[in-house]
Amino acid sequence: MNRPSKNNSRFLLAGDSALVIQFGEVVDAAINQNVRKLAAIVKRENINGILDLVPTMRSLMIHYDPLCVSQSELKKRIVPLLGKGITLDDDINRWRIPVCYENEYAPDIEEVSKSLGVSASEIIKQHTSVELEVFMMGFLPGFPYLGLLPEIFDLPRRVEPRVHVPPRSISVAARQTTIYTIDSPGGWHLIGQTPVDFYHRERRNPVLVKAGDKVTFFAINSEEYPSVRRALMADEYPLMMDC
Amino acid sequence: MAIKILEPGFNVTLQDYGRPKFQHLGVPVSGAISPILLRLGNSLVSNSEYEGGLEMRLMGPTFEVLCNSVRIAVVGTSTPIEIIDGGVVIQPANQSITVKKGQIVRIGNISDTGTAYLTIEGGFNLPKVYDSLSTYVRAGIGGYEGRALLAGDIISLNLSSVSVRGELKLNDTWFMEEGGPIRIILGPQDDYFSSSSIETFLTAKYTVTTETDRMGIRLDGPKLEHSRGYNIVSDGIVTGAIQVPGTGQPIMLLADHQTTGGYPKLGTVISADISRLGSLRPGEEVTFIQTTVGEAEQILSEQELKIKTAIENFKPADPWLDYQALYNENLISGFI
Repeated sequence: MNRPSKNNSRFLLAGDSALVIQFGEVVDAAINQNVRKLAAIVKRENINGILDLVPTMRSLMIHYDPLCVSQSELKKRIVPLLGKGITLDDDINRWRIPVCYENEYAPDIEEVSKSLGVSASEIIKQHTSVELEVFMMGFLPGFPYLGLLPEIFDLPRRVEPRVHVPPRSISVAARQTTIYTIDSPGGWHLIGQTPVDFYHRERRNPVLVKAGDKVTFFAINSEEYPSVRRALMADEYPLMMDC
Repeated sequence: MAIKILEPGFNVTLQDYGRPKFQHLGVPVSGAISPILLRLGNSLVSNSEYEGGLEMRLMGPTFEVLCNSVRIAVVGTSTPIEIIDGGVVIQPANQSITVKKGQIVRIGNISDTGTAYLTIEGGFNLPKVYDSLSTYVRAGIGGYEGRALLAGDIISLNLSSVSVRGELKLNDTWFMEEGGPIRIILGPQDDYFSSSSIETFLTAKYTVTTETDRMGIRLDGPKLEHSRGYNIVSDGIVTGAIQVPGTGQPIMLLADHQTTGGYPKLGTVISADISRLGSLRPGEEVTFIQTTVGEAEQILSEQELKIKTAIENFKPADPWLDYQALYNENLISGFI
């Protein structure tokens, strides 16, 4: 079984308050799994001084308080954990997320359809066909990187990044998909929009999902979109599936 | 129990320890850019060290006291504070001052440093988001309505009157005079740079540009060349990371930095030098020197001791003689 070990990882220095354990330098679901497994294993240990564990596509960053624990002490605690196994599906949520792939909600879908040589409806079918995993959170508060999408989505970023990407935009590139959470610049292709806020500052827990959560998208049409949005606002639109 | 903002200053935000425990959700740490100053400021007004205070860059606010009295301290600058109450009384920074209802506090231009703090005894009565009062403007998190202060804001406080005690001042202001090269540890992506580029970075002078905010300090100086390209698969970012985008000009990342990023990071500023980064102003020159994790830890624990000593050695400050009040009282009571 794929597990984090001394042979597939190495430590990188990131100052005196963070430590990086890297499993590779490329986008790869197995590498990412090892990163998240190590995060779960380290979390289980409740090591004094650790402030946060940030898994990314290829490495785990451990943020710690250097006045509580020295880096060499911390390393001594981490090294024996490399090689241990863990099941990842414990503490996750499964989400069903509505997406509108039409009209003004999907500014790049025609272009993507042209460059891939497949119809828009095929793109929608493929984007909704698989259960995706949150590989990592980053870039913006509550912003998930999901994958892996079917192979047709193996496309590069846009040549010209946009200065403004509206919140709730669904974007694709490199067999991954993301959901923009606040207005921001962005270079991925916008193929839809969800009425769901993956980040909402007024919510008690502003961020919706976390690394490891599973997400399945399903299509709604542009007539439905406003009413789904209203139902979500009124907290009358369930998004979570029973695990 | 409040103060009313009359003039907002420039991008004044409420900041505390920040949100280091929520980076795994993509939430930036935020918090004070110069934590040492916030800690000293809070200690001067008897708060816990990381109570929320107002972070001021370039220009501080003017506000009116709406409750009985407040005890405040401005730390990190030598800019004096004006207390306006009919006349104007000038008060020094780096000590506590008690200000009464109806009086107006004016900070104005802060020209000697990049960042200073205004702390208030008891702190601000505002909701915490992810355990913190810190403002992250980009996502509208924390602080006062998730944004920088505006004229007319009425900000609730936790105390309506100050505690009865003498005023305190800092015995020395070593933290304002710290100079010398900024100490860094190489990595995590120093292997993305040629050894001559690293040599350049460690020997050249870099200038702080005007593209400097709570997210980072963009430097101008000799271009650094990437040996393996400048796009990497995103990994984690820690405060103080020195990332080098395609332009070859380094950026030192500060409290509001993104939690992850896709540019190679040549090195990381050590924890003990983070507060210094906040004091840098556009046009200032900086140099860098390499150190080790072990040395950085030693420097940090020495610095921590220095902060504790500074707090233990606060001196009594002259109480502010409120001449106007004395004068009024004399007129009313009719004797001299």
